[in-house]
Amino acid sequence: MTQMTFHDAVEAALHEEMARDPRVLMFGEGTATKRKGLLKAFGPQRVRNTPLAEGIIAGTAAGAAATGLRPVVDLLFAPFLCFAMDELVNSAGKLRYMSGGQFSFPMVALAMTGGGWSVGAQHNHNLEAWFVHAPGLKVVMPSTPADAKGLMKAAIRDENPVLFFMDIGLAFAPGEVPEDEALIPLGQAAIRREGSDVTLISYAKTVHTCLAAAEALAEQGVSAEVLDLRTLKPLDEATILASVRKTGRVVIVHEASRLCGVGAEVAALISEQAFEALRAPIIRLTGPDAPAPASYPLEQAFAPQADAIVGAAAGLVARTLEAAPIW
Amino acid sequence: MSLSTTPQPGPTRPELLAAMLRIRAYEERIVAFHAAGPFPNVCTSVGQEAAAVGVVSALRTEDQILTNHRSAGHLLARGADPGRMLAEVMGRSTGYCQGRSGTLHISVKELGVVLTSTIVGGELSLAPGVALSRAMLGGEGIVVCFFGDGAACEGIFHESLNLASVWNLPVLYVCENNQWQAFVHRKETMVGDHVAPWAAPYGIDSLTVDGNDVESVRKAALHAAAQVRETRRPFLLEAWTYRQRGHMEPHDQSYVDPAELEAWMAKDPISRLEARLLADGELTTADLEVLHAEARRAIDEAAEFASTSPYPDPSDLAAGVYA
Ligand SMILES: Cc1ncc(C[n+]2csc(CCOP(=O)(O)OP(=O)(O)O)c2C)c(N)n1
Repeated sequence: MTQMTFHDAVEAALHEEMARDPRVLMFGEGTATKRKGLLKAFGPQRVRNTPLAEGIIAGTAAGAAATGLRPVVDLLFAPFLCFAMDELVNSAGKLRYMSGGQFSFPMVALAMTGGGWSVGAQHNHNLEAWFVHAPGLKVVMPSTPADAKGLMKAAIRDENPVLFFMDIGLAFAPGEVPEDEALIPLGQAAIRREGSDVTLISYAKTVHTCLAAAEALAEQGVSAEVLDLRTLKPLDEATILASVRKTGRVVIVHEASRLCGVGAEVAALISEQAFEALRAPIIRLTGPDAPAPASYPLEQAFAPQADAIVGAAAGLVARTLEAAPIW
Repeated sequence: MSLSTTPQPGPTRPELLAAMLRIRAYEERIVAFHAAGPFPNVCTSVGQEAAAVGVVSALRTEDQILTNHRSAGHLLARGADPGRMLAEVMGRSTGYCQGRSGTLHISVKELGVVLTSTIVGGELSLAPGVALSRAMLGGEGIVVCFFGDGAACEGIFHESLNLASVWNLPVLYVCENNQWQAFVHRKETMVGDHVAPWAAPYGIDSLTVDGNDVESVRKAALHAAAQVRETRRPFLLEAWTYRQRGHMEPHDQSYVDPAELEAWMAKDPISRLEARLLADGELTTADLEVLHAEARRAIDEAAEFASTSPYPDPSDLAAGVYA
């Protein structure tokens, strides 16, 4: 194990994958400037700066992926994906199916998302659900440096286009990262903490908020399980359902706004497939339907807080105890 | 403009004509199927056969093609089987994309046709990437990207040319300036008549050619392709041509100036080559009849194959989204 930041973990993954496979290359606005180590190791053919033009960056990645390369593109901040939407959604996501499987699109699009840097709404937008909704794409949003590395490696090796969202608030937080391969397959959630009374389901930065909430809940005698989705598409339905069947109570937590967010999908999944296990209604704690504010306290308030999670989870437990039969 | 072309073994003039006739016969059959309906929406390339045949005949097998919604001519000129194309248009499982593309998105990997994009400009956005693969994985091939004057008015055209130039990518951009952008005349949306001059600020050489003269197009395309092969840099070729039918079927040209239409119909690329071949004594009227009949027969066979092909199994509806 070594300590490294999320940012460095992603770079370590890139380094290892580029060394392993000469078809892997990376480009973006400032990629060659900021990733000096990669540039030095792999040269300007494989580590490239681009013009400030997200559409052609993503389209070039799609064209290259269709014809034998395995590009990783850094599109910087998630709101800029709006400029690359056509290429990611209409080309990379659809053309495998539309060509009857003749072409595939093994590429990764990296973007930063979430609060923590006070950058305001045009640099901070949790829009992962947009891509979950687009067929042909996969979506990854890790919460730890170890996962960032393992999932990035898996994303690069995947034959499909993968959206890889890096939470700004986690970017420079260090964590333990294994030195070996430590691939993490796409589509596998992780149980971050075992518990029996309530399941807190989250991904990215708010996983840590859930862990803090679980600590506080434990002090109140409530045993919370914390489930980190890690990959939003494909969604690890089995792990979600198993946890819900164990605890019977669910709080879903994410920073993105509620309406048609990932939490809505998880709630629907649970009510369709594990309704009988539920002992209380499902609760979602999310960001508001508002652009992300810049002011630091507002930005922090934007993401669900541990207190709210504790309140919601404790409320669910109390409610079911009250409603329990008296014998 | 003098073009540096060395004589190349290639199709004879009657062969160029036959290729154009086959495209025309294919498109006319599509029109007939549509009129008899129900049949999917289609955008035909009638009137643009010289651009398709002229350019594609100048390519080599290892070259790759990206194109737009008016792609039938490019695919047929490349040697696509009209039966499998029609089957695709009709949504049959024997189509090149198993009925998942339809008329507007046919790709044929075995012929190097990476993409037919009906997102206007989609072909321009992927082209540098396909060329990047060529540049990095080796091989002599170049990448040809067909698009319209409408697409040239999009930002992605400029992004594409700029990146291809900055990165020295072997892309032959071919703008088929057919005067129309769906229901809007290019005069309403473009400053100047031509797209070719827009290449210069990106350091890209360009050429405008009479797109209704297949021999001129072929000559220009040989020159352009040779330049891309040699320099491994982009080139922009503009074919000045005309969309003879409405934007899509059913055919509607109520909004077209009759004088413009008449002038361009007089420059029909097929009639022009036929007149030349007759005047030069290379073919007789009887020979022409034979060529027309052959083209029709090939399309008859294609139509028979397509219309008797099975539909895909609906239980496979969502198969193949992911690799
Ligand atoms: C992004 C996008 N915008 C609009 C359309 C609708 N549309 C389809 S074809 C077309 C005209 C394109 O004009 P041009 O590029 O000149 O090609 P042409 O049809 O003349 O061959 C339009 C506007 C589309 N398919 N995609």
